[in-house]
Amino acid sequence: MALDQSFVGRSYPPTDPYEVGREKIREFAEAVGDANPAYVDPEAAKALGHPDVIAPPTFVFAITFRAARQVIDDPQLGLDYSRVVHGDQKFAYSRPVRAGDRLTVTSTIEAIKSLAGNDILDVRGEVHDEAGEHVVTAWTKLVARGPEEA
Amino acid sequence: MTAKIAYADIEVGTELPAQTFPVTRATLVQYAGASGDFNPIHWNEKFAKEVGLPDVIAHGMFTMAEAIRVVTDWAGDPGAVVEYGVRFTKPVVVPNDDQGATIEVSGKVAAKLDDNTVRVDLTATSAGQKVLGMSRAVVRLA
Repeated sequence: MALDQSFVGRSYPPTDPYEVGREKIREFAEAVGDANPAYVDPEAAKALGHPDVIAPPTFVFAITFRAARQVIDDPQLGLDYSRVVHGDQKFAYSRPVRAGDRLTVTSTIEAIKSLAGNDILDVRGEVHDEAGEHVVTAWTKLVARGPEEA
Repeated sequence: MTAKIAYADIEVGTELPAQTFPVTRATLVQYAGASGDFNPIHWNEKFAKEVGLPDVIAHGMFTMAEAIRVVTDWAGDPGAVVEYGVRFTKPVVVPNDDQGATIEVSGKVAAKLDDNTVRVDLTATSAGQKVLGMSRAVVRLA
């Protein structure tokens, strides 16, 4: 069943702050096999002009996706998450995420489409730091596949 | 932010050094833990097949994380990435053997933009199939 169009434009309350830990960044960099010293060595990060170690570009998805669960799990929206696949992902950065950041995410439903029996949901997550400065915006396209024909 | 590549030295069509990234079942377990994405299609073969997949597949976000390394390794400063987006077109299938799968990534400068930025278009393939579409990054050069 097509999702309710009246949810387009709806924003959810900002999440509680997520504190970005140095060791969490290290763990993520190791998991993607990336040995860039800017992820683990504060001196290397400072040499590039950053105040502390920075996170790889896609690290923030773990935070924005957790925030997007507010939308996915909204019983009023009624998305069948067991049928959801990740369609597109995009980030626009004001600055890299770094150790010590306390980040909040505000999720907004940007678009709902129904195409060939699939529900397509575009969620925008605006990520701000503790000072209220914009860090990154994440656009996540989720596709809920329609039930197979009997 | 201090990219190690100068904007003035780059032309449209400049190719970035291509890289090949290995991915095994162990890689996926490690990535699941680090990212918090424990969807069983990324580690449970039985489950993956039950939902119609050929085998366990890599997290799309893992593939996205590998592809941008061609840009961040080239630029020197990962913080120089201004924008990055991909479309997940085909899954990276990861067999349960010693080899696993590989993701091959190449990139080339598609446009010179304002403010010392360039757009890099990335191509990512696995087992001869394109796994990312519309894979583009904007990066600020020195």
